[in-house]
Amino acid sequence: MNRRESLKAIGLGTLSATAFLESCKPKGEKLAEDTNTQNGPDDEVGRLPTEVERDKKLKEEKFFNPHEMATITVLGDIIIPKDARSGSASDAKVPEFIEFIVKDMPEHKTPMRGGLRWLDVQCLNRYGKSFVDVSSGQQIEMVTEIAYPAKAKPGMQQGVAFFNLMRNLTATGFFTTKMGIEDLGYVGNSPNQWKGVPIDVLKQYGMEDMA
Amino acid sequence: MDDIQLKKSATPYDAIIVGSGAGGGMAGYVLAHAGLKVLMLEAGPFFDPKTDSMQLKWPYESPRRGASTNTRNFGDFDGAFGGWELDGEPYTTKDKTEFYWFRSRMLGGRTNHWGRISLRMGPDDFKGHHIDGLTDDWPITYDEVKPFYDNVDRMIGVYGTVENLPNEPDGIFLPPPKPRLNELFIMKGAAKAGVKVIPGRGSVLTEALPGNKDRGACFFCGQCGRSCKVYGDFSSSSCLVIPAMKTGNLKVISNAMVREVLTDKNGLATGVSYVSKDDMQEYQASAKIVILGASACESARLLLNSKSSAHPGGLANSSGVVGKYLHDSTGASAGGWLPQLQDRKRYNEDGTGSIHIYGPWVYDNKKLNFPRGYHIEFGGGLGMPEYGFGWGMEGLNGTVPGRDGKKKEAGGFGASLKDDYRRFYGVEFGMAGRGTAIARADNYCEIDPNVVDKFGIPVLRFHYTWSDYEINQAKHMQDTFQHIMHEMGAVAWPSPGADTSYGLEAPGRIIHEVGTVRMGDDPKTSALNKFNQAHDCKNLFVVDAGPFVQQGDKNATWTILALSMRTAEYILAQRNKLNV
Repeated sequence: MNRRESLKAIGLGTLSATAFLESCKPKGEKLAEDTNTQNGPDDEVGRLPTEVERDKKLKEEKFFNPHEMATITVLGDIIIPKDARSGSASDAKVPEFIEFIVKDMPEHKTPMRGGLRWLDVQCLNRYGKSFVDVSSGQQIEMVTEIAYPAKAKPGMQQGVAFFNLMRNLTATGFFTTKMGIEDLGYVGNSPNQWKGVPIDVLKQYGMEDMA
Repeated sequence: MDDIQLKKSATPYDAIIVGSGAGGGMAGYVLAHAGLKVLMLEAGPFFDPKTDSMQLKWPYESPRRGASTNTRNFGDFDGAFGGWELDGEPYTTKDKTEFYWFRSRMLGGRTNHWGRISLRMGPDDFKGHHIDGLTDDWPITYDEVKPFYDNVDRMIGVYGTVENLPNEPDGIFLPPPKPRLNELFIMKGAAKAGVKVIPGRGSVLTEALPGNKDRGACFFCGQCGRSCKVYGDFSSSSCLVIPAMKTGNLKVISNAMVREVLTDKNGLATGVSYVSKDDMQEYQASAKIVILGASACESARLLLNSKSSAHPGGLANSSGVVGKYLHDSTGASAGGWLPQLQDRKRYNEDGTGSIHIYGPWVYDNKKLNFPRGYHIEFGGGLGMPEYGFGWGMEGLNGTVPGRDGKKKEAGGFGASLKDDYRRFYGVEFGMAGRGTAIARADNYCEIDPNVVDKFGIPVLRFHYTWSDYEINQAKHMQDTFQHIMHEMGAVAWPSPGADTSYGLEAPGRIIHEVGTVRMGDDPKTSALNKFNQAHDCKNLFVVDAGPFVQQGDKNATWTILALSMRTAEYILAQRNKLNV
């Protein structure tokens, strides 16, 4: 069901639906009396020219080198692997999101770059190769050392801090994609009528008397 | 560089309104509908939620997944341009003041993104001096403002329930949205903790607004903060300015940054001068009446920058009070999560973008170590994931048993971690107190003698401190939050302590700054009379939150709207006397 159909389905008044549909018109149908000059391509609607320019510039910049991107990809898929319900972090293009977000939030740049290097040096000392080049068993062995903050050994704390950040960015990047949202089961962001918590849910929590 | 030219408009208007937010929008709406020729000057671009809102976009339609930026402090899809800092438009502070000033330069101003929480101030908020001897009373009573609140309710629409509470006046309400699941837990916990919680009050059309054919009813996406394409909530742009333009009597000039109010040798206002951000030329427009609705601090700045031989200390400032008595609501918050909601069933719980439930202040301050109250705003549920989702799982997933009944090691990776994000989805909730801060002359903004913005306009400098009253109030908020969360059976996030003044937000952060052009009966201690008319200049009015004498714990917008409507009707009634 597209937006127009769903609007009809929930029985919005004719006028509100009309207003809404007009707002969804493609730009070619722009009315002559529409004096708003801000309307550009669809992803620029409502955005300031400085915002459009900033995002364009950020997308043109490159921060991580190919080796760093390869490491982020392996780590991301260790954190969020493919399972019966949905794909992996790299299936959801999480590495590309991380590349963008560190440029947008420069405070993540050094912790990410330095953390990746820290990981490589650890692997070099242990296994004689950088993280992406050791066996998958060794990758898991290494990650296990930094993935559990409460039981990490002394000297591993910087790795724990890096892995926490990597876990956070991976999860946020994954669960804000279409794939991740479907996995999670978020079913909102569409016109509907809110009638309160469904009765079976009220019963489940003993809240029938509250609603 | 091109030559700068001064261009004067040929035709005088009946009224010029500076600013298009709640105050300016309402004045423009009333005057234009009464047939006056009105010019509205807005410092930012034109904005119509119908075409410009980013409502119903998904997080992946933003490269930063909806995260905030320095031009969208409340997220990439938020309805407000601007923020705490504007490029080329600084403000300064002194005496180690920490003050934040949120400015949104666009048609409708900050009403495009506000929380739509629409509370009336009560009798004790207008006349509170008898309670504790603190602050000055307003020159008007609740009963004088009530008819205007009623008209705002009918004209714009607000949901809520009749409760008959002493200082939380009821309105003319649309039905409120039902509570979400997390909010039911909050209601239950609050009842056990002895904290009053009632249905929310928000300007969202949960049903079609009787008599209004231009606005659609809410379709429950929970995104009021992005502004509404069907005009299902209140924004000044959609509900006031654009309808006023349709009368043919209101002309809006956008990107017009007003420099000062012009006066004649008798001290009467003749118009304003402004710089156009489009062509960087200087303009003057003239009118019989000038109405400022630029926001409390921006209107104070304009008045202080409008010096003349008739008004040497700035316009409407023979009392010296302009800029003084600046006060923002207090704010402190807390939150946590409900272990009993793990693995909860999914359904669409977006609801409205305003509060579904809240806790009004119904308690006796005589037994407390702070003078006035606060209300609590609650929320939580199966919200749309955006940047920040899943953050901090290493602090959550080691605290409760996993699916197999065994506690697991916090943090981790892989299939089991991935499952945890599903299990913990929708378990969180938050609560935020918004309280009365006592208006004081020594909290103020003034013109910085050394600094100008990129247009050459002298900027504001802030001086502000919280007193023990506000800090004690914040502590009481935190204690109350903890009590509620305990009774809910929730796990609370760590509670801020004395070292952070109990999480009391810096002044300005709540974006309820008011009081800088206060009204009063005595021209020696106030800038405006009780109709928002300057004592020193009878054809000058201020209709934003500047005129507030003492803000209650109630969010300012509904009172701005009611008082602006009252002022506009006064102007219409007084036109002969004003000789305009």
